[in-house]
Amino acid sequence: MAHPAQKQDPLEARLAAHAMPEGAAWAREAREDALSRLRAMGGLPGKRDEYWKFTDPTTLNLPEPPRAQCFATDESAPFSEIDRLRIVFVDGVFDAEASDDLALEGVEIERLSDAQARDIHWARDAYGVLETRGQTPVARAHAALNTALAQDGVVIRVTGRPSKPINLTYLHKSEVSDAILHHLVKVEPGAEVTILENGPAAARFSKVMEVEVADDARFHHIRLQGRDHERRAATHMFARLGARSSYKSFTMTVNGVLTRNEQVVEFTGNEAIAHIAGAALGDGKDAPFHHDDTVFVTHDATDCESRQVFKKVVRNGAEGVFQGKILVKKDAQRTDGYQLSQALLLDDNASFQAKPELEIYADDVQCSHGSTTGAIDEEALFYLRSRGVPEDEATDLLVLAFLAEAIDEIEDESLRADILTRLQAWLDRHRG
Amino acid sequence: MLEIKNLHVSLEEEDKAILKGVDLTVEAGKVHAIMGPNGSGKSTLSYVLSGRDGYVVTDGSVALKGEDLLEMEPEERAAAGLFLAFQYPVEIPGVGNMTFLRTAVNAQRKARGQEEMSATDFLKEIRAKAKELKIDAEMLKRPVNVGFSGGEKKRNEILQMAMLEPAMCILDETDSGLDVDAMKLVADGVNALRSEGRGFLVITHYQRLLNHIKPDVVHIMSDGRIVKSGGPELALEVEENGYADILAEVA
Ligand SMILES: Nc1ncnc2c1ncn2[C@@H]1O[C@H](COP(=O)(O)OP(=O)(O)O)[C@@H](O)[C@H]1O
Ligand SMILES: [Mg+2]
Repeated sequence: MAHPAQKQDPLEARLAAHAMPEGAAWAREAREDALSRLRAMGGLPGKRDEYWKFTDPTTLNLPEPPRAQCFATDESAPFSEIDRLRIVFVDGVFDAEASDDLALEGVEIERLSDAQARDIHWARDAYGVLETRGQTPVARAHAALNTALAQDGVVIRVTGRPSKPINLTYLHKSEVSDAILHHLVKVEPGAEVTILENGPAAARFSKVMEVEVADDARFHHIRLQGRDHERRAATHMFARLGARSSYKSFTMTVNGVLTRNEQVVEFTGNEAIAHIAGAALGDGKDAPFHHDDTVFVTHDATDCESRQVFKKVVRNGAEGVFQGKILVKKDAQRTDGYQLSQALLLDDNASFQAKPELEIYADDVQCSHGSTTGAIDEEALFYLRSRGVPEDEATDLLVLAFLAEAIDEIEDESLRADILTRLQAWLDRHRG
Repeated sequence: MLEIKNLHVSLEEEDKAILKGVDLTVEAGKVHAIMGPNGSGKSTLSYVLSGRDGYVVTDGSVALKGEDLLEMEPEERAAAGLFLAFQYPVEIPGVGNMTFLRTAVNAQRKARGQEEMSATDFLKEIRAKAKELKIDAEMLKRPVNVGFSGGEKKRNEILQMAMLEPAMCILDETDSGLDVDAMKLVADGVNALRSEGRGFLVITHYQRLLNHIKPDVVHIMSDGRIVKSGGPELALEVEENGYADILAEVA
């Protein structure tokens, strides 16, 4: 069947490696639609694609992922100190045995395949909807590919205030796994939920999470991305925010040969807030490290506040990338937009590239952005050492201080403490 | 306690000599003062003693309690008992004052093979000492020196000194920018630390601090050398006649 012209195309090669899962007619349609949208946007991104200027998508496009070693650890699992509902995926496949019972008051959780098997389900009006909205003005081919091919995932409808967070854990056990997960989260009016995510997931991980936050609803998201050195990931969060709602997302990333985290957030109701933060630490010593945060916030309502705080600490050839945009539409008056992206380069080999953008059509707005790249402050380092703090420890203190503004975006104190402990442990393992 | 012999120091970046043969010995239990015009090398001396980068020792030696100071890393010098109250204390955003001090205290104890100070003991001690220096608890929680007034920064230096209990204290123009009340507080803090086993080197541009911290010996520094040493009366002479006369006399 495959004639030479098709063989050349990375999209067709990629599609040949995955079967489109079965489901009800609507699900099938949504997947087919994603596929035709994907073809219409010209297939998978190439190296010359402007939006992939700083990150090479080649290994994300390949039919099979490059091998990625699984990292054994005796460190306690993230969030293990916290009472949470655990949902476990192994190499991108739901593991019922390892997961908790999905019943929890105030929330309905189902496996994506179960929801998509049903003719009538709320997911019908949600699957691929925010992803589709997020394709303009910039195409996000890997998200469309995900919608077309997603192998597993969960759909979460929050109707109340569940007593504990929902923890999605992604275990990585096969060196060649190619995981494609798609989650839907719908937070109904006035409801509130915390989603925790952790784990390296697979040799290559594609993940889309579509989050609808209704009026007066709250969504909290804490993600720990690690820790296998050779893993690759392209993740997307698509969020739409109703009036007076709140969306708070924090991601900590350590290790990873390639990570591209995209967040696409749209304000459609007035007086909502979105805080998006990330802390990434990369040491290129054991394996290359490349981390890309790409954020697009659209203000299409009045009196909303968006805040982006991204910090990266890199050394030994590690690379950090930030692309962030705040788009304020004509009627989005009294928008308060803030964007900060900073990198701390611990040596001369590390790099950071940033493309901060503001596009404003409303006249009564307050928007600011800043991007800096710097080294450890030698004055501060000497001051600490002159008080007896050894150089390693003093450097760690300054690294943590640099990250503080991002870490402080985590509201929950015990979660913040847990993340700080892990950061410290990472720093201890990566001395000098 | 501190023995500086024929110390010659140049800048690393450019071939420029700053210290041109400093000889100075501070005995345990004594307070020595160094006065001198701006640019004479007082701060350079304090930085070289504490191990800051950017300087090259081209000749001479420095011993602290008989040990070669110049061979040590800055943190080793601190653990060996050296403390410098900076002329310009550094602001460190994101590092809490309390965290910083506890880390420093325990790092020094660890380096000396002592047990770490418990969190409760530390808290008790720092609160008591902060109170004496009229440093409020809020300031302890804030990032190191960030948003502190000039006077607060200087008092914070003295608080650190009080907590670290160094054997050899160097104060670089701790009086500059202080009003009379703040200077009194700082002087009281220093005087409280005076003891038989501890030496002080008080660098100052003006005599007034020395009314509160009574020195045993006063040195005049000029162009990278100690050009004259004497008793407390030397400071009064500077106060009355300025440096010009003294410098002319030794020239
Ligand atoms: N890092 C430096 N770079 C250039 N010049 C310096 C540096 N440190 C000191 N100096 C020079 O050395 C001399 C002594 O400076 P300093 O030690 O600060 O004097 P003091 O503290 O007595 O005012 C001055 O001429 C000053 O300009
Ligand atoms: Mg000076």
